[in-house]
Amino acid sequence: MIVNEKIAIDHGLKKDEYKKICALLKRTPNITELGIFSAMWNEHCSYKSSRLHLKKLPTKGKQVIQGPGENAGVVDIGDNDAIVFKIESHNHPSFIEPYQGAATGVGGIMRDVFTMGARPIANLNSIHFGSTQHKKTKNLLRGVVHGIGGYGNCMGVPTIAGQTSFDSSYNGNILVNAMTLGLVKKDKIFYSKAAGLNKPVIYVGSKTGRDGIHGASMASASFDDKIEEKKPTVQVGDPFTEKLLLEACLELMAGDSIIAIQDMGAAGLTSSSIEMASKGNLGIEINLNNVPCRETKMTPYEIMLSESQERMLIVLENGKEEQAKKIFDKWNLDFAVIGKTTKSKKIELYFDSEKVADIPVNTLVENSPMYDRKWKKAKLPKKNKINKDEINILKIIEILKKILANPNVCSKEWIWQQYDHTVMGDTIQKPGGDSGVVRVHGTNKAVAASVDSSAVYCWAHPLTGGKQVVCESFRNLISVGAKPIAITNCLNFGSPENEENMGEFVECVQGIGEASSYLKFPVVSGNVSFYNQTKDQGIKPTPSIGGVGLIKDYNKMITMDFKEVDNVVLVIGKTEGHIDQSLFARVILDEKNGPPPEINLFNEKNNGETLLKLIDNNLIKSAHDISLGGIITAVSKMCLKGNKGINLKKPKYLISEIEYFFGEDQGRYIVEISKKDQKKVLDTLDKNAVHYDELGTINENMLFLDEKTKVTIDELKGFNTRWLKEYMSN
Amino acid sequence: MKSAVITFPGSNCDRDMDVALKKFGFKNKMVWHQDIELPKSDLVVLPGGFSYGDYLRCGSMASKSKIMQSVINFANSGGMVMGICNGFQILVETGLVPGVLLRNKYLEFICKNVFVKINNKNNGYFKNISNEVLELHIAHNEGNYFCTNDQLKEIEDNTQVAINYCDPEGKIEEPFNPNGSIKNIAGIFNKEKNVLGMMPHPERMIDHSLSGEDGSHFFKNLINNLK
Repeated sequence: MIVNEKIAIDHGLKKDEYKKICALLKRTPNITELGIFSAMWNEHCSYKSSRLHLKKLPTKGKQVIQGPGENAGVVDIGDNDAIVFKIESHNHPSFIEPYQGAATGVGGIMRDVFTMGARPIANLNSIHFGSTQHKKTKNLLRGVVHGIGGYGNCMGVPTIAGQTSFDSSYNGNILVNAMTLGLVKKDKIFYSKAAGLNKPVIYVGSKTGRDGIHGASMASASFDDKIEEKKPTVQVGDPFTEKLLLEACLELMAGDSIIAIQDMGAAGLTSSSIEMASKGNLGIEINLNNVPCRETKMTPYEIMLSESQERMLIVLENGKEEQAKKIFDKWNLDFAVIGKTTKSKKIELYFDSEKVADIPVNTLVENSPMYDRKWKKAKLPKKNKINKDEINILKIIEILKKILANPNVCSKEWIWQQYDHTVMGDTIQKPGGDSGVVRVHGTNKAVAASVDSSAVYCWAHPLTGGKQVVCESFRNLISVGAKPIAITNCLNFGSPENEENMGEFVECVQGIGEASSYLKFPVVSGNVSFYNQTKDQGIKPTPSIGGVGLIKDYNKMITMDFKEVDNVVLVIGKTEGHIDQSLFARVILDEKNGPPPEINLFNEKNNGETLLKLIDNNLIKSAHDISLGGIITAVSKMCLKGNKGINLKKPKYLISEIEYFFGEDQGRYIVEISKKDQKKVLDTLDKNAVHYDELGTINENMLFLDEKTKVTIDELKGFNTRWLKEYMSN
Repeated sequence: MKSAVITFPGSNCDRDMDVALKKFGFKNKMVWHQDIELPKSDLVVLPGGFSYGDYLRCGSMASKSKIMQSVINFANSGGMVMGICNGFQILVETGLVPGVLLRNKYLEFICKNVFVKINNKNNGYFKNISNEVLELHIAHNEGNYFCTNDQLKEIEDNTQVAINYCDPEGKIEEPFNPNGSIKNIAGIFNKEKNVLGMMPHPERMIDHSLSGEDGSHFFKNLINNLK
C-alpha cells in the first residue's frame, strides 16, 4: 500500500503533521512507519496539546524520588521504602465495552507500577457515569464495576478506595480512572532508560494478537454515531496472565540482569521500544518474526500497533538470557529475544529478512508536534441572590434525607463489596472512609490514598475547581491521620480543539499547580485524557486527583465513625454558608449557576496541619472532612458509621440554619474529642489561629437539633444505604 | 508444628496464609504446584486465589496439578488438609469433599464480613474452640455450595457440615446467606473430618487492625489441637 495524505488523515493525523513526517524522513513513509507515527503522535501518547501546560506543574519535593516522565511516580516513605503510584484513564474503551475497558484499565496501571519493580499493594478508582435516568447508565456501571473487580480481584491486589459520580454530562462519555500504589525498596527501582550497545531486547508475557490496534488513536478522538464500530479497538484483558507476569518480573528483578524495562501499554510494542531507545539515546533493532504472535499472518503493521495486554519489553545484560528465560518458563510465559540495542539512534524493524521500518527515534519523540492551543479564560460567575425567606421554610431533616439518598452522596457499598478490599492482609481502612489505608507489610507504617474530583466546581470556575480538588485530596488524607506526600492526576476533558474546553484544561491545571505548590503536595505522575466528547458535547472538566500520604504509626490512624457518647464534636474551619454550586443548591433549589466556594490556601494548610498535630498527640477520636452536602451531611455520615447520634447546637451566626448546615465552604473538618481533652484541643486551635465551632455532643441514636428537627440514625441509614442497591436491582 | 501452603499459578492468598500460620507458631513451608513430594507436615493448606485464572471451572485445573496426588495421598492417610476459598473449590474438584461450588446467587463477587456457626466440634479443626459463632471474611464469586439431596442426606448423617452462615447470635437463616449456598453451608468436612473446605478466610482476621480477630481464635485453637 502506498501511503498518501488521505491514508494519513484516516490514521488521525492532520495534513500538516503528515507533511512534517515526510519532511523529517525526507521521503514518504511506508504503511508500517505511518502507523508508528500515528501511534506516537496522537494526543494520548504525545500530549501534544497539554505538554506546554503540564510543564508548569510543581513536580519536585523532599520526598520525590521520581516525578512525571517514567512509568509512574515514586516517593520516599523512609527506611529504604518507597511508594510507586500513578492514575490513568481508560475512558473511551470503557464506554464502548465496559467490562474489558475497565478491566484493562486496571491491568494497565498495575503494569505501570510493577514495571518499576514495585509490588502493587492497593488499587483505587474514580468512575463517572451519565444521569441515573439515562438508558445506558445502569449497564455501564455494572459492566465497569465487574471489570474492575474481575481484574483486581484476580490479581490479588486490594481495591481500597474510590469515587463514583453521576452527571448528565457523562451520558455519552463515561470516565474510568484507575490508580495503583506499589511498594518497592528505594535501591531496587527499575527504569525504562535503555543503556549499552548490543544488549538483548526481550519480549515477555502474552502473545501478540490483533486486539486493540489503534486503541490509543481511538482514545484521541471524539465519539460519533459509529461508535459501536470501534469495538475491535478495545483490548481484551487476562488478569491470570498478568498475575503470572507480575510474579515472574518480580522474581527476575530480584537479580541484577535487567538494564531497562517497560510495559507495553498504549501503542504497544511501538511506544515501549521507542521510549526505551529515546531515554537511552540509543537505537533499537527488532526482528518482528521473533515476536510471539497469537494469530497467523500478522503483518508488521499489526504487530507494532497491537495493544494486546500483559506484555513487557526488557533490555537485559548480555549473557543473562538463559537465566531469565528459566523464570518465565516456570511461570509459563512467552520469552523471546526479539532484537538488540544499537548506536544508530533509529528504530529499525525487520520482517521476513526485509527492513520494514527505519525511523530516527528523535523524529518520533522530540520532534513530535506540540500545540499552543487557543483557550478562553473563564469568568467567575456572579453570586446568586438566595431568597432567605424561601429557604428558611424548608425542613432540614427532609432535605438531609434527600441529600443522603442522592446518587452522588449515598453509600457505594454495592460497588466496593464487589472488589476484594482485604486480600494481602494489610487493609486497615476499607472503602467508605475518607481514604483507604494499607499497612506497609511487616512495619508500623501505613500508606493512605484517596481519589477525588469535583467536576461541578471545575465547570463553574476551572481555576477554583482545580485548586479545590487538590485541597480535597489533602483533607481526605489528613482526616485519616496521614501526612500528605504527593499526588497523581488524571485530567479528563473535552476536545482541546474547542477554546472553551481548552480553557477549562489550562485553568484547572493552573489551579492544581497553585494548590499543590502551596501545600507542598507535588504532582509526581499523571495522564491526560482529551476528547471526552460526543459530537460537540464535551464532559464537565473532571481532573481526578489521587493523593498519597503516610501514617508513621498505624495505631494512630483515624476513622470517621463516632466513637463514644458524650464526646464533644467540633467543626474546624470557618463556615460562611456558601450555597452556590452546593449539592443543596443543585438538588433542592435546582439552581445550577453561581461560583464554587472559594479556596483559601493558607487556611487549608493551617487547618490541616493543626489537625495533624492534634491527631499525633492522640487528641482526636474521629474525623471527617466536610464536602458535598455540608456540615450536616458530614456529621450524619459519622453518625451512620458509628451508630451514634448527635445533639446539635444552634449555630450562632447571622447566616440561616440552612446555610450553616448545607453550605460547602472549604477547608473544614468535623472532629470528635473527649471532654477531658477539650481544653488542650481548643488551646492548640487558638494558638494556631484555627477557627472552630462547637457543633454538639454525641448521643445514643438520634440526630437532634430541636423538637421539630430530629431523626433517628436508623432512619437516616435507610436513606443512605438503599438507593444504589435498589437502583441496580430494578 | 509443621505446615505447608501450596502455591498454584494464580494463587493470591498464599502469602497471607503463610503470615497467619507463622504468627500462630507453625513452621510453614511454601510448596510449588509442580513439586511432587510434600514436605513433612502436620497441616497442608490450599490457599485462596484464582488458580489457573479460574478458567474451565474454579479449582478444576489446579486439582490436576502435580503436587495434588501427594496432597490426596496425604489426606487419604489421615493428614489434615484445609482448603480456603479457591482451596475449597480445588478440594471439591478432587472429590476429597463432596458437592460443588456454583456462582453466587446474585452473580456478583462478594467481599465482606460474615458470621458462621460452628456445626461440629468433634474434629481436629474446631475441637476445644470456645466460640460458637465466628466472624470471618469472605471474598469470592463462586461460593454457592450445592449438592444432590442424597449427598446432602449423607453429609448431614455423617455430621460433615463444618460451618453455616448465620447472624451474630448464630441463627442460621436465609437472610444471612450471602451467596445462595444450600442450607447456608460455608464449609464442610470429608467423612473422616481430617479434610476441611471452607469459603471464609480466617487468615484475614488475625489482628485488631484488620477486619477482626476471630481468625486468631481459629488458628490458636488449631495449633493447640495439633500439638
